[in-house]
Amino acid sequence: MAQANETQETTRADETLKRTPLYETHVQLGARMVPFGGWEMPVQYPTGVLAEHHAVRERTGVFDIGHMGQLRFEGPHALEFLQWVTTNDVARLDVGAAQYSLLCNEAGGILDDVIVYRLAETRFLMIVNAANTDADYAWIETQLQRPGRGVDPARVLLERISPPRTLLALQGPKSVDVLSKLTSIAVGELGHYHAVESTVDGVATVIARTGYTGEVGFELSFDALHAVHLWNALLEAGKDVDTIPCGLGARDTLRLEAGMALYSHELTVDTNPLEAGLERVVRFEKGDFVGATALKAIAERGPERALVGIELVDRGVLRPDYAILVEGKPAGRLTSGGPSPTLKKSIGMGYVPVACASPGTEVAVDIRGRPHAATVVPLPFYRRQRRTRKG
Amino acid sequence: MNPTDCKYTKEHEWVRLEGDTAVVGITDYAQDQLGDVVFVELPEAGSTVKQHETFGVVESVKAASDLYAPVSGEVLEANGALQDSPELVNTEPYGGGWMLKVRPSDPSELDSLMDAAAYDEYLKTLQ
Repeated sequence: MAQANETQETTRADETLKRTPLYETHVQLGARMVPFGGWEMPVQYPTGVLAEHHAVRERTGVFDIGHMGQLRFEGPHALEFLQWVTTNDVARLDVGAAQYSLLCNEAGGILDDVIVYRLAETRFLMIVNAANTDADYAWIETQLQRPGRGVDPARVLLERISPPRTLLALQGPKSVDVLSKLTSIAVGELGHYHAVESTVDGVATVIARTGYTGEVGFELSFDALHAVHLWNALLEAGKDVDTIPCGLGARDTLRLEAGMALYSHELTVDTNPLEAGLERVVRFEKGDFVGATALKAIAERGPERALVGIELVDRGVLRPDYAILVEGKPAGRLTSGGPSPTLKKSIGMGYVPVACASPGTEVAVDIRGRPHAATVVPLPFYRRQRRTRKG
Repeated sequence: MNPTDCKYTKEHEWVRLEGDTAVVGITDYAQDQLGDVVFVELPEAGSTVKQHETFGVVESVKAASDLYAPVSGEVLEANGALQDSPELVNTEPYGGGWMLKVRPSDPSELDSLMDAAAYDEYLKTLQ
């Protein structure tokens, strides 16, 4: 047996891998540690990816996502500066609200996908991808030297706050019950894509109702000094609903089922938001921003290809980089692929010409030289059952 | 720890002679390294496999891995139970998780493989 197709994110062997404050904890738990985005992260615990995946869909799981970058924007011109560097309309955020957004270059290519939280009138938190943190920060700093929209650089404080801050995610239908035991905030009332500054088990924390799994869940930003304490507190509070630690393997199968893009797979500097189906976070009406001119031109002529969901009809497993065939000819490539533990079939995402992007289109995927029947399906593959509110 | 009635390859396949039939699978170390197995692609009965050449693919949640034949011969049977229960490769790697039954064309090929003691030693070099 030899690995033929390693889909893990790889890091150059000569690169020194960074460790989160929970590294020792993961090792003690028996996690398999792998390089991811320049960090040494748990891909799975002895429970295994499938058990961790189902724990999040049915109960609750805890993820160390301390590899992700955190940036703070503060000051009277912070909002206008964020309007300049991101594609979404930051002015739409009330205090306590958050939005998914993008950093694009002048050509409209995607530099990163991010979440922007408005924590106070003139104070914002941006969460960025681990592997992009250095480049994002450098790019934003460069933009701050000559910003558009009349921004005065002296009236914006830009600060990288990870470290000292780290991130944990608590995800799953029982996450409200678990987190409620550790905070006085009514976290069940916190809206999707909203955040509040409070304490969790005595630790000052930004509690955000965001996640990367397609379930109800929270992401917690706090000082890394308290990482082991909060990790253990969450697992202890969740013991009665069998809350377990979950690794990057489950994070990937969960986000794929939820149809969420992964930077370096669906999104790269060579993709634009319009072909990636992210036009909802590109707000031309807010005025100028980096990449606006190029993106307007793409919007006017229409994107040539589209990111679609692909469901395998034949037996097998879809993987990134497999060719998508239309009428027997290569028409695109999968950007992600794998088994769907919830749906019990194999699913993937990839770019195809717009003419072949309608759900129901029959395509094929080249798996080891043989075409396998597949169908274009709507995204997401999985949508959680919403609880109906009573009375 | 690994069964003494099997011979082993460096690619972590095992083969066990049962009369005139060679049964083939992957080792406990292999299944542990792979993690949850979700799909196994095996050759049909009647096809032939050649020692040290690929005969199929095992897919875990994260990756696809080639399988190498520990012995040459004609495939008598592929384990049909793995279609619906690929997890047998994880739970019973030397039992219900077997992959192929082969009629060896040259049983002396097994002499070139490791016995359980040699394989245990080999695994220690991989730590």
